[in-house]
Amino acid sequence: MNTGFAITTGSMFATIISVANINWHGMFFAIFALAACAMAVAVVLTDNVVRMAFYLVLSLGATAGLFFLAGAEFVGAMQLMIYVGGTLVLLVFGVMLTAQAPFVSMKTPQRDWVLASILAVCLLAVLVQASVGVDAWRTAAVSVGGGVQREAPEPSATPLGMALLGMRVDNDSSGIVTPSIRSGYLLPFEIVSIHLLVVLVGAAYLARAKRRRTPRAVETAGQSELKEEVRVAS
Amino acid sequence: MNFFNILAEPVGVSHYLLVGAVLFTAGVVCMVIKRNALGVLMGIELVLNGANINFIAFGSPVLRGESTVSIGLDGQLIALFVILLAAAEAAVALAITLNFYNNHATVDVDRAEDLKG
Repeated sequence: MNTGFAITTGSMFATIISVANINWHGMFFAIFALAACAMAVAVVLTDNVVRMAFYLVLSLGATAGLFFLAGAEFVGAMQLMIYVGGTLVLLVFGVMLTAQAPFVSMKTPQRDWVLASILAVCLLAVLVQASVGVDAWRTAAVSVGGGVQREAPEPSATPLGMALLGMRVDNDSSGIVTPSIRSGYLLPFEIVSIHLLVVLVGAAYLARAKRRRTPRAVETAGQSELKEEVRVAS
Repeated sequence: MNFFNILAEPVGVSHYLLVGAVLFTAGVVCMVIKRNALGVLMGIELVLNGANINFIAFGSPVLRGESTVSIGLDGQLIALFVILLAAAEAAVALAITLNFYNNHATVDVDRAEDLKG
């Protein structure tokens, strides 16, 4: 009895240890990668524009998870906040504003599907060949799950902010050969800020309500008011 | 065989590049095949996102392999700029689409032939 209990406890411990030995990084990468790819393909395959927007949200969210796994947690957070929170809300608003019955689901002709699938297969073959072809890209820095502990990447928000201010503080102490001149990003940062302002003004100008009819409406309203006054006076 | 070996390897840059390739291809096909103007916009978002995955993978401190060449923090910075420019592009493109919808009462890109010679 006692030994049996010990044996079960031992097997439970073994199970726990084997659970701890699971390659969590690889597993979460598989989950997020499958979600991103499947939802991207679903965006292409569905005809309903509302569902396309929903699948796109899921695909971009899974991509943010991939960014977190790659150690780019600030970019992942920005992806969630700007892309999923801002850009896609904008797209969903566009879908809602134009979702009249004939435009919700627009069928693509069959011959277009044939041509597009040929294009997709060719493009995917080239890209896959290019991405698996280089041996230097295939080995990770540290093998996880093989007993070697992956060193935690240092937080990247501070170096990113300093680089946007024009100073590079990311160290090159890890023996990585980097370009000798690492420039800051102050000028692109300023250009992007002005660009966003101009885009905001331009988008508001383009999407404004039509004012062409307003003077005529005011005019007719004024005329009717005049008639009313004349009628009242008479 | 090269392709099937990769499934057994620890996650490296190549895996991220594969995901980016699938997203890029889906985006290109989406841009080509959709008749709804908003569908074309979603294809553009997918293409930009696939490119972003590649930038993050090449600049990642975790995935940096035996190779000694890495773009370091530049990858994350470029990805940030891509995200910002995608937001700006989506705003302008959506404004153009709404204007087109107001003028033509449709969002079918095949009907946008005012400039056809």
